[in-house]
Amino acid sequence: MARSEPLLRAEGVTKEFFGVTALSNVDFELAAGEIHALVGENGAGKSTLIKILTGAYRRDRGKITLEGEPVDPADVKDAQKLGIGTVYQEVNLLPNLTVAENLFLGREPKRFGLTSHREANRRSREILSQYGLDIDVTAVLATYSVAVRQIVAIARAVDLSGKVLILDEPTASLDAAEVTRLFAILEGLKARGLGIVFITHFFDQVYRIADRVTILRNGQKVATRPIEGLERLELVSMMLGRELKEQEAHAAEPVDYSRKPVIASFQGIGKRGRIAPFDLTMHAGEVVGVAGLLGSGRTETAELMFGIAQPDEGRISVDGSPVSFSSPREAIRHGFGFCPEDRKLDGIVEDLSVRENVILALQARRGWAKPLSRKEQEEIADRYIAALDIRTSDREKPIKFLSGGNQQKVILARWLATDPRLLILDEPTRGIDVGAHAEIIRLIGELRERGMSLLVISSELEELVAYATRVRVLADRRHTGELEAGAITPDTIMRAIAAGEDETPGDRGGQGRATEIMAEGAA
Amino acid sequence: MTSSRLFPLATTFVIFLIAYGLCIAEFPNMLSTRVVGNLLTDNAFLGIAAVGMTFVILSGGIDLSIGSVIAFTGVFLAVAMGDWGLPPVLALVIVLVLTTAFGAVMGAMIHYLAMPPFIVTLAGMFFARGMAFLLSIESVPIRVELYDTLQGLYFRMPGGGRLSFVGLSMLAVVLLGILIAHFTSFGRNVYAIGGNRQSAELMGVPIARTTILIYALSSFLAGLAGIAFSLYTSAGYSLAAVGVELDAIAAVVIGGTLLTGGSGYVAGTLLGILIMGLIQTYIVFDGTLSSWWTKIVIGLLLFSFIALQRGLVWLSARRRGAAMPA
Repeated sequence: MARSEPLLRAEGVTKEFFGVTALSNVDFELAAGEIHALVGENGAGKSTLIKILTGAYRRDRGKITLEGEPVDPADVKDAQKLGIGTVYQEVNLLPNLTVAENLFLGREPKRFGLTSHREANRRSREILSQYGLDIDVTAVLATYSVAVRQIVAIARAVDLSGKVLILDEPTASLDAAEVTRLFAILEGLKARGLGIVFITHFFDQVYRIADRVTILRNGQKVATRPIEGLERLELVSMMLGRELKEQEAHAAEPVDYSRKPVIASFQGIGKRGRIAPFDLTMHAGEVVGVAGLLGSGRTETAELMFGIAQPDEGRISVDGSPVSFSSPREAIRHGFGFCPEDRKLDGIVEDLSVRENVILALQARRGWAKPLSRKEQEEIADRYIAALDIRTSDREKPIKFLSGGNQQKVILARWLATDPRLLILDEPTRGIDVGAHAEIIRLIGELRERGMSLLVISSELEELVAYATRVRVLADRRHTGELEAGAITPDTIMRAIAAGEDETPGDRGGQGRATEIMAEGAA
Repeated sequence: MTSSRLFPLATTFVIFLIAYGLCIAEFPNMLSTRVVGNLLTDNAFLGIAAVGMTFVILSGGIDLSIGSVIAFTGVFLAVAMGDWGLPPVLALVIVLVLTTAFGAVMGAMIHYLAMPPFIVTLAGMFFARGMAFLLSIESVPIRVELYDTLQGLYFRMPGGGRLSFVGLSMLAVVLLGILIAHFTSFGRNVYAIGGNRQSAELMGVPIARTTILIYALSSFLAGLAGIAFSLYTSAGYSLAAVGVELDAIAAVVIGGTLLTGGSGYVAGTLLGILIMGLIQTYIVFDGTLSSWWTKIVIGLLLFSFIALQRGLVWLSARRRGAAMPA
């Protein structure tokens, strides 16, 4: 492709915050009809660059040209007028307004000086039909799924701006079928000649959709490369700035379970409408990976095992004696631990310090009548800050100021402090940067060697391959299969998931899910 | 339009019909245009102020100053027309300009100083009440021709009821409020800010301008309510209209507007006013009940509406949870 005149060009963009350089002399180029991935660890400067391009921040130095003309967007609205539209990570629309009101907010069609709902609704239907979305545009946005809201957000940005579309981690909360749908839409926009900037943490998505990739590290640009012919390992090492052994290369060795003591056994436990009955025996010193699409029943499995939800049927035994958990507290008393998926919602207590967050579960198990002394608390916190390499300036810092990866490590530390025998991790690496990612994977291996029994839910297949000694495969709220050590590769897991989705009764396979989403809103 | 969005409004409407039905069953005389006319006239000033309050609450804010602004307006008009001898029309214009500017300043403080509306309008409440006392601590009668003319204006309804000038004004303000809320960009922006301020900002809603306009509108309508109140009482008194802001908030909430902002209807506020007025009328008809029963019933209604709103939020969250499990 000859790119004589790029659509959007940034040269030497520099931005400082209170003397700290967030972005230093970065060049960036976007061609019309191109999908350009922007990758880098957390804090590499991706968001800063995006916010400068969209007018949310003012740059300190540098030049931005759009179609050869120098531009200087003063604010978000200004950038929109110039043709640069953005869809942010957390879908930034208004759930209390209707779909049509969201699409036309700030530019309502007028008739005799008053806004015309009929016109806005008609045009909204027209716009959304281009995206294959046939929904009731007069319904409030809150009634639709995240995937539909994302498409509405993209439709708004494209309709408003129409030259450059910037997507900040648009796939973070979508499942596989929804991602496929989103990508089809992006391909369509690309064919219409839009330039698309795509920020993501998922490498496979970079390879699936992007034409070129720009790598940022520590506020500087490392390189811009065409995706074709770019090795995955090279991409990772450019992001990290160091040579990295490919994690996925080695898999755990097969384990002889008969010689490992059984920690807990779950026989035929299930809950109607949430997860079909399943059997699972957890041994000491093993990592059971749980794979499946979003909504396949992974979290539900963990919730039954930890007493967050109560099974309708089945038996649980710990150390050979039958138990039943009516609440997580009882599971904790039996030596269980659970790191939930949404750490913002279920895990961290934002305003408490790192120390307080670490000792929370241990203190809860001891009961509030027997408080840990301040000295004990500090010892425990310091031990885990060192052991897990939690990066914080001191242990009294409120946890909300830590990066995502370090917050995740604090939650891990919270459970490790209770010295659990069975630890359940739900998506332990979601939304954290590559460096922290590798450390958490290493840590899971260490815990296993120390004899802990772990159940790890993950959407990242390479990750499962790296640490799991066996992998449970879920589809459509059932446990559909298990892969033994030695047979675990991303490919076999994928096939197992696909097979599970296919054999589900009725029209609810992988294809079915996509159709379901397409049809949403008709109801 | 989804049913859950309209549900609180529909509930209010049904409650009003049932309440009116019960009243008529006991006192058949209440089914007359005289009662309707009085209901509108007696609650006109509260209704006008409550329309402004609806916009404030829709945006997720609160305005505690309106009772004081109403009192200030009355006293200012009485003093300006009486002691200072200003032409009545000029006095009316000046007071509306003053109250509107007062609201705009409060809005600007809320936005630019990033202060909670509760605090800023609480300060505004003390300030306006204090200014009223500064003008006069006594009840000052208003004796001008314009007032006599306006008080004499009414529209005779079939059955002998009188739709007075102030009652009509309130209906006009409600209609205008509906128009502004649903058929202007400003109205959309109010709902947007109430839904999620940050998202609204990222979608290009002019936050500063809209916030200032919201509080200016509320104070303007409080000024208008003050005029209606002075027409109703023919006097200005600095101790008048104490706690009217709370009545207005109650009317807005009973009218089905979410206190957290982003959802509700101006028409609902009118229903809220009518329900509150109806309770009062019932007590007057009964004759034996203490008028404090009004407060008790309004309190109970408020409790049940807050519970209803919680329930709705909880239900919709649960429905969404069931539709999209992780």
